[in-house]
Amino acid sequence: MRAGRRWLVGHLGLVYLFLYGPILVLVALSFNKSGLPTAWSGFSLEWYGRMLRNQAIIASVGNTLIVAAASTLIATTLGTLLALGLDRLRPGPLLEGFVFVPMIIPDIVLAIALLSFFTLIGMTLGLHSIILAHAVFNIAFVCAVVRTRLRHFDRSIIEASIDLGASEFTTFRRVTLPAIFPGVLAGALLAFTLSVDEFIIAYFTSGAGRASTTFPMQIYAMIRFGVTPEINAVATIVLGFSFLLILLSQRLNRDATP
Amino acid sequence: MTRTGEFVQRLVLLGPGLGWLALFLLVPCGVVFVYSFFLRGIYGGIDYVFTLENYARALDPLFLSIFLDSAKIATLATLLALLVGYPAAYLIATGPRRWQVPLLVLIMLPFWSNYLIRTYAWIVLLNREGLVNRALGGLGLIETPLPLLYNEFAIVTGLLYGYLPFMVLALYSSISRLNPEIREASADLGAPAWRTFLRVTLPLTVPGIATGSVFVFVLSIGNFITPDLLGGGRTVMVGNLIYDQFLSARDWPFGSSLAFLLIGVMMLLLFLQAWAVNRSQEAGGGRD
Repeated sequence: MRAGRRWLVGHLGLVYLFLYGPILVLVALSFNKSGLPTAWSGFSLEWYGRMLRNQAIIASVGNTLIVAAASTLIATTLGTLLALGLDRLRPGPLLEGFVFVPMIIPDIVLAIALLSFFTLIGMTLGLHSIILAHAVFNIAFVCAVVRTRLRHFDRSIIEASIDLGASEFTTFRRVTLPAIFPGVLAGALLAFTLSVDEFIIAYFTSGAGRASTTFPMQIYAMIRFGVTPEINAVATIVLGFSFLLILLSQRLNRDATP
Repeated sequence: MTRTGEFVQRLVLLGPGLGWLALFLLVPCGVVFVYSFFLRGIYGGIDYVFTLENYARALDPLFLSIFLDSAKIATLATLLALLVGYPAAYLIATGPRRWQVPLLVLIMLPFWSNYLIRTYAWIVLLNREGLVNRALGGLGLIETPLPLLYNEFAIVTGLLYGYLPFMVLALYSSISRLNPEIREASADLGAPAWRTFLRVTLPLTVPGIATGSVFVFVLSIGNFITPDLLGGGRTVMVGNLIYDQFLSARDWPFGSSLAFLLIGVMMLLLFLQAWAVNRSQEAGGGRD
């Protein structure tokens, strides 16, 4: 049995190597002077400098931040209300399942569905249509995170508040919201991260103009049309940021994770 | 609470979110469903004439083989994720409690980071001049670089890399619910470790296996980015095929019918998964 466990530990080590090896390679390459994976030619920040001088990248980051902030705001509000509603009113498995759909529907299907819909109603495409689209899956994720939080929530304090004469609204503002706030914040961080990373739905709902190119669309273009070492620098920054945000989100919602 | 009060509460809490999802998920999917029964217009638009031709075409051997290839690739990725993920999840779930959450977070961290970049990393690793080929060449194991990129091997690797964390998470939550006393009882009754695993642990964790497998399969079969970047530009999976119909071939009705067939396959699998989980819960397999 002990020998068996040692094998398992070795296996787990390899799993972590598999998961983090490729990421570490990109990080290492981003500091490689030649920028090529063929040989190490000395430490350099040159690719970071180039990245910062690349106007297309900077503009796309701006677009992505706008989309992520707006869709997170919408999704956090609607997703939290939805979680409270599902938790309190128990509207049945059909609706519960429906709320869950955006999390599992293939991105490409949601992408073409929204493109068809927006085209049908004659809407011009741009950042606003990406925001509408991103809110769809973000609502589902925020709702899921807040619901986990609600499951660990002692309902009797709400009853106490009502018994003590507080109105429904005051109870929500002074009792319910503070209690679930870490979950709401964790959900918002997750939504923001997902929106910043999302590519295919943004690609379909952004329209033809370059004005609404988001950061992942820019990355895709860079990967697809010639690998330049700049991508490694971009990748390192992106990975760093998403790791930071996710760890923060985890920490906030720590009490609620089993 | 009064009936009106409850109605208002329902409206305020559920209304906005469900309304949003209805307008930007249900209606768009409805549009695609309706489009799938129309004809393609001459200039790439839609001719509003009812037809089943799109679905008939989707079952044409040429396109059916893309569906089957997608299913094959997704199955391979799922099986590998299960084989690699189960021992990892088992060790984490049966290890010291204070280690469990950090180890699991470490597994999940890559899952939540940029999928494009994680896929791109494999282009760097697997190309002819990439690190894997150079390492193998350096060790003297190969003479000429292996064709590792732009084929099904690369796609399966990319999918495994992308969704292994999800599999581990699903298996972990199932294994960690098992009461360790059940395993101890089996051992006390004289069963060797392998038999305890095969006859006790494995059957009781079927819900986790079903959940993890179905999700990895569903995420894989409908994937676009991985086959697009690691598959070498050919249309290898159904995700690329749908993409092509919308952005290159401009045959939206046909693309719509493909999307609905894909959703049909997924719904069926998710239904089976829910059934498997329910059944084992009724049998007393899962504790909450």
